[in-house]
Amino acid sequence: MTTAAATASPRARRPAALFVAEYRLRNMWKWRSAILAFGIGNPVLYLASVGLGVGALVDANMPGGVDGVPYLVFLAPALLATAAIQGGQDEVTFPTLAGMIWNRLFFAMRATSLTGGQIADGVLLASAARVLFTTVAYWLVLWVFGTVSWSTALPLVLVSTGAGVCWAALMMAVAANVTDDGGFLSLVGRVVIMPMFLFSGTFYPLSSLPLAVQWIGWISPLWHATELGRWLSYGMPMEPWRILASVGYLASMGIVGVLVARRRFERRLAS
Amino acid sequence: MVAVIRAHGLTKAYGDLVAVDGVDFGVEPGESFGVLGPNGAGKSTTMRMLGATLQRTSGDLAILGRDPAHEGPIIRAHLGVVPQQDNLDTELTVAENLYTYGRYFGLPRAHLRERVDGLLAFAQLEEKRDVKVDALSGGMKRRLTIARGLVNEPSLLLLDEPTTGLDPQARHILWDRLFRLKEDGVTLVITTHYMDEAEQLCDRLVVMDGGRIVAEGSPQGLIRAHSTREVVEVRFGSDRNLEVAAHLGGIGRRLEILPDRILVYSDSGEHDLQEIVARGFMPVTSLVRRSSLEDVFLRLTGRSLVDE
Amino acid sequence: MITGALATTAAVAIAERRARRPLSSVYAGRSHAILLRGLLALRTSNALAFMTGFVEPVLFLVAFGYGVGGLVGTVEIGGVEVPYAAYIAPALLAASAMNGAIIDTTFNVFFKMHYLGLYRTMMSTSLGPLDVALGEIGWAMIRGAAYAIGFLVVVTAFGLTTTWWALLLVPAAVLVAFAFASLGMTLTSYMTSFQQLNWLNFFLLPMFLFSGTFYPITTYPQWLQWVIEATPLWQAIALMRGLTFGVLDGGLAGHVAYFAVLATVGLYLTARRLDALFLR
Repeated sequence: MTTAAATASPRARRPAALFVAEYRLRNMWKWRSAILAFGIGNPVLYLASVGLGVGALVDANMPGGVDGVPYLVFLAPALLATAAIQGGQDEVTFPTLAGMIWNRLFFAMRATSLTGGQIADGVLLASAARVLFTTVAYWLVLWVFGTVSWSTALPLVLVSTGAGVCWAALMMAVAANVTDDGGFLSLVGRVVIMPMFLFSGTFYPLSSLPLAVQWIGWISPLWHATELGRWLSYGMPMEPWRILASVGYLASMGIVGVLVARRRFERRLAS
Repeated sequence: MVAVIRAHGLTKAYGDLVAVDGVDFGVEPGESFGVLGPNGAGKSTTMRMLGATLQRTSGDLAILGRDPAHEGPIIRAHLGVVPQQDNLDTELTVAENLYTYGRYFGLPRAHLRERVDGLLAFAQLEEKRDVKVDALSGGMKRRLTIARGLVNEPSLLLLDEPTTGLDPQARHILWDRLFRLKEDGVTLVITTHYMDEAEQLCDRLVVMDGGRIVAEGSPQGLIRAHSTREVVEVRFGSDRNLEVAAHLGGIGRRLEILPDRILVYSDSGEHDLQEIVARGFMPVTSLVRRSSLEDVFLRLTGRSLVDE
Repeated sequence: MITGALATTAAVAIAERRARRPLSSVYAGRSHAILLRGLLALRTSNALAFMTGFVEPVLFLVAFGYGVGGLVGTVEIGGVEVPYAAYIAPALLAASAMNGAIIDTTFNVFFKMHYLGLYRTMMSTSLGPLDVALGEIGWAMIRGAAYAIGFLVVVTAFGLTTTWWALLLVPAAVLVAFAFASLGMTLTSYMTSFQQLNWLNFFLLPMFLFSGTFYPITTYPQWLQWVIEATPLWQAIALMRGLTFGVLDGGLAGHVAYFAVLATVGLYLTARRLDALFLR
């Protein structure tokens, strides 16, 4: 039925999710200054404050460096992954809440020949584009600070982007279940994002925390992305099984996220 | 006895835009007074000046003999205000809305507890007492807003489009509540663009257009002065109305040709309809009805669409 | 039962009594009615959001104080080497007072002003603009102070307070929250969209990150130090650190005066803006 309607229209030759992604990207374009300011600005501020300011204290105290490298180099892959994950999340939670609750735009989309799953795919696709953009831009900032090198650029950017998209998929599945937005976003910010940001070994090796809070890091996609990033960026030692485990963990988060999100979108938009 | 409202040359200008342009009117105690007009006529601006929350640019205004420019708080203590949008406190429950509003007036706790119960009964919301206002229907919200406006036992209740957006059942319940207030001697000032509402509720009304008052009187008086006893509506099909109208000279007091029909303002509708048929024009549909305030309204403020 | 025409009702009698006092057209002496509204709204709607506000500074304290602290070691303050956690604790206290007050007077006040129409409703009663300003700023101040006091309890439990002077941190937090609330509400009264409010973060985050919260500002060039010292968060951090480590000198009086001026000016401007927005 859907395909019949799609082929009937002369313009609908592209996969349907791309139409949704196109709308999302146009919408993002309107917010480009905010995306630049917050998506790149916030991690740059952290880089300057914690990386340089606190870094001076750390390097004075630890002549051998953290993990054998200067603090700024240690911090850089973590902030790159943070920017990717934060960007991915923003571009799925806001549109999902808007489309489902605030202006119910997804219901209007669903009234065309688009399916719920295609809408979900499109939103995630646009979010992936945003994550890629953020990651590349922030990588360039890190390069200017002299903390990353071109030789590892491609894998580093891909790993961070992948982590951001996988997390975005999961968050889209969560956001699709929200019926009353009463503070959902600020709650997620405070209860999920902030602890993840602070306890994923972002600013210090996870092993220096007591075991009682180390588990936050183990389940956190940010920690897995950061570990992979450090391995790629400055060759932090990482056993092959841990590399596989981290990649597998992130990938399964993404796959589960996509499947659940598609199902939730289908059901909810059909109701 | 002191008049509830005396306005003389009342004007509100925002820069070059004159929203209310020198209006004169008065409202006596116990009266139910309507302000009619299309969107942008200056009704809401007038209401806010009456509510002592908007300063006039010029002219005189006395509410209960007091000048709102100098005695705002005392005047507002006398007033109940029901704004166009239900700006209820959605972070609170139904009862808490009434209670906190009473506290804004400084009313004592014990007094308020009793009063809240009475108002919930008046608004038929006793069962919804501890429900957050988000969960109320449109009609319930409106009744709660009116009940809230009564917390301080106002002698003058200002209602800005009280039934806009409500379904017919909810409107009738609301009218019934407003009638009770009128019977209790509360002075009501109501803006509306529902003509049936104005005919139901108002003893006297003014029609505003472009910031000015263009007519004043009782609903019946206005109909007598600005329209005929009856109106005949005849349709000949969209392309023929104009052509037929050319042949209807002398029938009724006045003809009005609309794109879809012809209105014949008439003292005896049946008689004039027969006359039309007798001239050889058989309408597709025809209707004879009594003249309404709507005819007056459209006559005075024009038929062209007024955008918000 | 509902009303009597033109009677002098209780509400009118209250307003008439008040009218004999000075400033009666802007202040009805009832800002407590607005605090009551805040309390009821907290109970009915906002309890969760309120509770989570306690958590953030504690997370920062644990992550930076103990996590990063393990890398930093000690920091010298007033000639004494103190653990890194103890060094940042008073700064996080200042920041939590700021955040509590600012979140309430920016996002929450904007929502109440433009979406709930709350202030219009309040000012259609016999309340005046100063009642509303005092009540809302007072409410944000209570919130900011509550966060600060909760955090102080945590800090003490971690053994990071060393002198009884630390008790003075409570009134200091109240003053700091009051000033930030006044400032926040003044700014919010000029905003016309939520997007503009988001840009406020562009001042708040740099202030949080660069005002000597996590490291001494002496690492900066002199001119930049002067700029930072003029910001309210640096003033608050300096005040809190001074009290925490018992470094009591004339500088403290300067910080207190700074916040007293800020609070008064903000309160005055807020009341004026509310009057202009809802009573003109």
